[in-house]
Amino acid sequence: MKIFKNFVIIFLLMTINNLNANENSERNQITKNLRCLICQGQSVYDSDSDFANSMKILVDKKLDEGLSEKEIYIYFKEKYGDWILYDPGLNKNTYLLWLLPILIFLFGGAIIAKSFILKK
Amino acid sequence: MKNKLIPYSIILIFLIIFAVFYKSLKDTNIYTPETKINNDIPIFSAELLLSNENSNSTEIFELDKFYLLNIWASWCVPCRDEHPILMSLSKNNKLIIIGMNYKDNKKNAKSFLDELGNPYEKIILDKNGTNSIEWGAFGVPETFIIYNNKIIKKYIGPLNNELLIEIQKIIK
Repeated sequence: MKIFKNFVIIFLLMTINNLNANENSERNQITKNLRCLICQGQSVYDSDSDFANSMKILVDKKLDEGLSEKEIYIYFKEKYGDWILYDPGLNKNTYLLWLLPILIFLFGGAIIAKSFILKK
Repeated sequence: MKNKLIPYSIILIFLIIFAVFYKSLKDTNIYTPETKINNDIPIFSAELLLSNENSNSTEIFELDKFYLLNIWASWCVPCRDEHPILMSLSKNNKLIIIGMNYKDNKKNAKSFLDELGNPYEKIILDKNGTNSIEWGAFGVPETFIIYNNKIIKKYIGPLNNELLIEIQKIIK
């Protein structure tokens, strides 16, 4: 019986711990994709600057208000522009960033294909 | 013809790469957020510094009046430099100056105002810095000009005499 009691206590403690981890993981995932504007080159998650700490509090607040991950990104994008996101969407400023690798891939592929066809 | 095409295209690729790098060499690598103008002001409620009451955005910002929101802190050195500018702007009765005290100690904030004068009609407290993020700010000092609940101008960094003249022109 005693063993069973201990087992239940340990099990409860473990689940509580797991719940906390889940709550934080959503916040961590979001803050990892937000750039800290004070110590540029670090994400909000990595940074411990005043600005990053306030951002973390605000992300928690927005999650409590029921905003989804995407809505939180849109919210920050409206305030600070695309730069705040580590994963910017496709728009007129970033199309080169997104399309260049594909173009290079196609160009390289064409050269390889051509050289093979020529060899034959 | 085919033999010439390859070296030409290689030279072209290198020229493009050179142009991109050369252009980036002159770009600053410190990013400041684009100043988005004509954005609506955020809706918030916050404690006031001197009266200890709570107030909200609709109570503070009325329509058809020019407001200047200044984010400041007693520990911020550039805020001390721009304070005389705010004092001279506060004499203009067309402009209402609202302060936002950023991550500060109440006692220090009050002694800062006692020492340098109080240009603010109301001072909003921003204890954890979230309020200034709602405004799209990321440091101190920052200044916003508001008209009809819209941000019409934003200044990052301390105000100076040139900006003083610019602000006076805007509110004319």
